[in-house]
Amino acid sequence: MITGALRQTGRLFALAAEVSRAIFRRPFQFREFVEQFWFIAGVTVLPAALVSIPFGAVIALQVGSLTQQLGAQSFTGGASVLAVVQQASPLIVALLIAGAGGSAICADLGSRKIREELDAMEVMGVSPVQRLVVPRVLATMGVAVLLNGLVSVVGTLGGYFFNVILQDGTPGAYLSSFSALAQLSDLYISELKALVFGFIAGVVAAYRGLNPRGGPKGVGDAVNQSVVITFLLLFFVNMVMTAIYLQIVPPKGG
Amino acid sequence: MGIEVVVEGLTKSFGKQRIWQDVTLTLPAGEVSVMLGPSGTGKTVFLKSLIGLLKPEKGRVLINGVDMVNSPERDVYETRKLFGLMFQDGALFGSMSLFDNIAFPLREHTRKKESEIRRIVMERIEVVGLLGAEGKLPGEISGGMRKRAGLARALVLDPQIILCDEPDSGLDPVRTAYLSQLLIDLNAQIDATMLIVTHNLDIAATVPDNMGMLFRRELVTFGPREVLLTSEEPVVAQFLDGRREGPIGMSEEKDAATLAAEAGAALSTEARLRRIVPQLEPSPGLPPRQAVTRRRQRVMSMIDRLPPAARSAIRETYAASPEAPTLPMPAAGSGT
Repeated sequence: MITGALRQTGRLFALAAEVSRAIFRRPFQFREFVEQFWFIAGVTVLPAALVSIPFGAVIALQVGSLTQQLGAQSFTGGASVLAVVQQASPLIVALLIAGAGGSAICADLGSRKIREELDAMEVMGVSPVQRLVVPRVLATMGVAVLLNGLVSVVGTLGGYFFNVILQDGTPGAYLSSFSALAQLSDLYISELKALVFGFIAGVVAAYRGLNPRGGPKGVGDAVNQSVVITFLLLFFVNMVMTAIYLQIVPPKGG
Repeated sequence: MGIEVVVEGLTKSFGKQRIWQDVTLTLPAGEVSVMLGPSGTGKTVFLKSLIGLLKPEKGRVLINGVDMVNSPERDVYETRKLFGLMFQDGALFGSMSLFDNIAFPLREHTRKKESEIRRIVMERIEVVGLLGAEGKLPGEISGGMRKRAGLARALVLDPQIILCDEPDSGLDPVRTAYLSQLLIDLNAQIDATMLIVTHNLDIAATVPDNMGMLFRRELVTFGPREVLLTSEEPVVAQFLDGRREGPIGMSEEKDAATLAAEAGAALSTEARLRRIVPQLEPSPGLPPRQAVTRRRQRVMSMIDRLPPAARSAIRETYAASPEAPTLPMPAAGSGT
């Protein structure tokens, strides 16, 4: 049981290493990359925007209500933008990339595997990792980074709207507290998180897709597992990255 | 000319289950070999091991000095370009048309222009008789067509070694006969080493130069076709006759008690005579198979070590065409 789990983990890391190496191997599959990028962006953009508006609103309302009780209402904007940019945005991106993009990748690779298409590819001397997995992982990473920007903006706008309209916050105070508390490195860590999450989502989806167990039912199970595993990993990695970031980058307000 | 494939002491298990062990054989360069075996004896696993898709625990598969089992992945990938493998159900890429499927190896491995690719692909499509279907998706055509498209894709890079996994399964007898002829014609044209895995007796009787059989986790025998066709080995005899009496059972193999009961019963099977059917010749207009001459030399040099029945069968075959073994000449002028 334990050795089984360790073996799976080891093979997952081995695939991650192989993907990282194959990224730099020529020829680069540009066409496949563009197609996958377009596909993943297509299935994630709209839901991401729709999720981020209420998410930004919830944070703004919650933080607004707290700061009101503490008498620090003028800092609502800064606090909610930090929460949205640093935490909410990368996580929303991660959930959508894993749930919409990763599951599609996993199902696609899994059905190709059981139809022996991947074997056929290997027999023809073409590495499925380089030909199929690398473009997909790069596409998830790219889409994650861009999507993260979108979600940050939409989430912040949502927060602004709810704070100013519903909680009678002043626009000036909301905006000026941005620069009082938030700094550029908050955006950098947010994008870095999105990049890492995209990589993890892509690799986990590819790993489960390349190793389905026993026929069509195995592909369904693999998709299910890939989403669950990705979520677990992403939340854990998010915690680690947040902890490290808060340690090494001094907060602006202090 | 094809490349020799040397298999030494190959052993493969899945978990605790041993598939076959200590398989040692040599596929002579440019000749056609058939691997027989009842269902479930690991014939497909053997094919996949030859090409390095599965890694046996022990043994070596040597091709041009590269060991497909233990060599670095890079060398294995390089060597695979010498292979064409025809999968059991074609293993075509479901999202591509037949044309793109067959063009895939060319686009991946060569820098040919699209017009050049088109010419080669259409040529191969014509060889396997799929003209007019090149725009279809694999999901839109029959199993037999998928198989032939898979063969076309395997051929497009002019492979030196061609492996066919059950080329007959799912085909009617007429199509199987055409496919047998196609394989022999191919061998005449490109002189590639070929291994066909099958349990079809017609293919086994007419196509190969050499035959082997896998049973009970072992290679029962491998050698010139006459050796297997005249073999008195119970497994081989049972299989070639397609009868129930013998060591092969429904599930896998029979237990001792059943076998003993059978041995007690009078067997009418001994009397059944197997005739050796002549091998297929390339279609008229094609060059003779170069492998025939090479095989004749090879077989004649080892004839003293073969069983007597095989020996006389080989002498009989070659007596029919003494001087020009590549042509189906009448035996006029031959003294014996």
